[in-house]
Amino acid sequence: MKKVFVSSVNALSVLGFSPQETDKSLVRNVSGIKLHEKPEISPLPFYAATINAEKLQAAFKEYANPGAYSKLEQMLITSAKLAEKDTSIPFSSADTIFILSTTKGNIDQLAARKGIKLAELASVVAQFFKNKNTPIVISNACISGVAALLVGKRLIVSGKYKNAVVLGGDIVSAFTLSGFQSFKALSPGPCKPFDEKREGLSLGEGAATLVLSEKESGVVVAGGGVSNDANHISGPSRTGDGLFKAVSVAIRDAKINKESIGYVSAHGTATLYNDEMECKALNQAGLSNVPLNSLKGFVGHTLGAAGLMESVMGIYAMEKSRIYPSCGYEKSGVSLPLNVIKESLYGSFDCFLKTASGFGGCNAALIFQKNG
Amino acid sequence: MDNFISSFIRISNNLVSLNGAPFFRGSAGEEFEGFIKQVYKSLGITYSTFYKMDNLSKLGFIAAEILLNTEKKIGFAPEKTGIFFQNSSSSLDTDFTYFNTIKDKENYFPSPAVFVYTLPNIVIGEICIRNKIKGENSFFIAETFDPEFMEAYVEELFAHELIEYALCGWVELFEGNYEAFLYFVRSGKKLSENSSVKAKLHSTETLKKIFTE
Amino acid sequence: MDELISKLKEQIIKALKLEDVKPEDIDADAPLFGEGLGLDSIDALELIVLMEKDYGLRLENASVAKTVFTSIRTMAEYIQQHKK
Repeated sequence: MKKVFVSSVNALSVLGFSPQETDKSLVRNVSGIKLHEKPEISPLPFYAATINAEKLQAAFKEYANPGAYSKLEQMLITSAKLAEKDTSIPFSSADTIFILSTTKGNIDQLAARKGIKLAELASVVAQFFKNKNTPIVISNACISGVAALLVGKRLIVSGKYKNAVVLGGDIVSAFTLSGFQSFKALSPGPCKPFDEKREGLSLGEGAATLVLSEKESGVVVAGGGVSNDANHISGPSRTGDGLFKAVSVAIRDAKINKESIGYVSAHGTATLYNDEMECKALNQAGLSNVPLNSLKGFVGHTLGAAGLMESVMGIYAMEKSRIYPSCGYEKSGVSLPLNVIKESLYGSFDCFLKTASGFGGCNAALIFQKNG
Repeated sequence: MDNFISSFIRISNNLVSLNGAPFFRGSAGEEFEGFIKQVYKSLGITYSTFYKMDNLSKLGFIAAEILLNTEKKIGFAPEKTGIFFQNSSSSLDTDFTYFNTIKDKENYFPSPAVFVYTLPNIVIGEICIRNKIKGENSFFIAETFDPEFMEAYVEELFAHELIEYALCGWVELFEGNYEAFLYFVRSGKKLSENSSVKAKLHSTETLKKIFTE
Repeated sequence: MDELISKLKEQIIKALKLEDVKPEDIDADAPLFGEGLGLDSIDALELIVLMEKDYGLRLENASVAKTVFTSIRTMAEYIQQHKK
């Protein structure tokens, strides 16, 4: 079967517009989640990881006039532009497909009905890079990013395309923040994944890009799987069976033994139920000893960007032979053992697992491996 | 190996058609909410969660309910079934409904029961819960139904044996305009075990043809 | 109290979209969660909104909410005790 490689990456987070910049905060266990007072987003102050608008506009000015593009569009295009710099894969080629992952798109423009159709948003981005193929859009709650990478991989394996620019993003908006508030799912302070004192998630905004290709390079998208709990539309399954199934399919698809997995980049939203469910799934999969973190304590839950951004930082970590601490974690608050990392670990690993779960009972898992 | 479409359903303009033949006609001039309730009641099922669903989920749920009822007579394994939907408006219809609960600062009461439906893949979740379907699932957004992409992607999943059955289609609803077109695909390997099933080849050509039937 | 219980039954049916249920079907002392009406976690969150919207009462934490929402009668009693 054809192998699919990661040709270049970018992560555009609260902590930096490149993996290198973000890495500096991750190794020092410094979180980007802060208290914000923005009445246009929430009547009460809230904790979140937001992208500085001025910094974004300054970066985007290099490419186009920020006034003509929404915040999310600026984030997506900037991220893709930065990834484009690091690869020779042609973004405008007919052999390249753009795949966009987003949960709510330009939801801050809902009242104005401007750019709110997701296919239109994807076209704005693809056309910016002069790509003529109709982009593919995945809107599948919080697994969108991981699912988008899998779609890209599978389309390249099928021979339909040679390359896929897989990118995704979401913004922190009044719409989303109020919704999670109504679910009582927001943490009163920066989120603490897997910790005994965790009280919910912190939203984050961001974008990320992975350029996938049949052209050989250092990292392989080895395999993946998607499943459904078939249990409840918002509550994760109590058993973790659904995520366990996705992880099992991913391991089988990647043709590896679970012992090869050197790091788990967990979904770890820091809600009571997600983290507990995830720990059950990972224990079922025999991965309770593998060094694990959730990056959401650093960059917040970036929804449509999450699976992509966290994969990018996992790839960066694999290249640099380090595993970042799980920001916000001090003492285990889940019922089964997990090897949650509290301080940066240094040592090489060849293979890591990225997991994700989302509203609608969906789960996804992806395995990345060093080539060779 | 070839794979096959064993049935398809269309719901639009007050009419439900199954495999190209009329299945249920709603009262003339009925709006979507009244129409879909009529269809639900005509099925004689008791599933009170139906009433909590948003309009998009009601549309997809009912289309799947009727289609899968016919498929259950042949039989399929829910844990090996995938669900792959597309639409153009995502969950925008419900997004506006939710927005109404937060837009007025003097009457600010964000509704969790509405918020949960502000993601298009929830309709897939509802169908999975009802039918215990646990396999691959994805919700794609496209301006119009893209049979070429859907066929290519689903075929790839069959080829790698990630699924043996697939519920696919277009589930679109926005401000009163609605259209659902679902079809069920069976793995060629599985079909050869039950040669009495009348099926069409799973191809872009077939999809284009039955989409307009 | 009876009037409030009647009113609550109608409000709950409307807020939770229990279209199959009539007020006379609901037993004021039956458990709302688990058995009885078999409400779920999202319903619980909607009831919190209902208390705030219709009665101006805020239930901040989950354990207070759990006790208040044991049955329609306990909800009515809480409202009568705390209503401004």
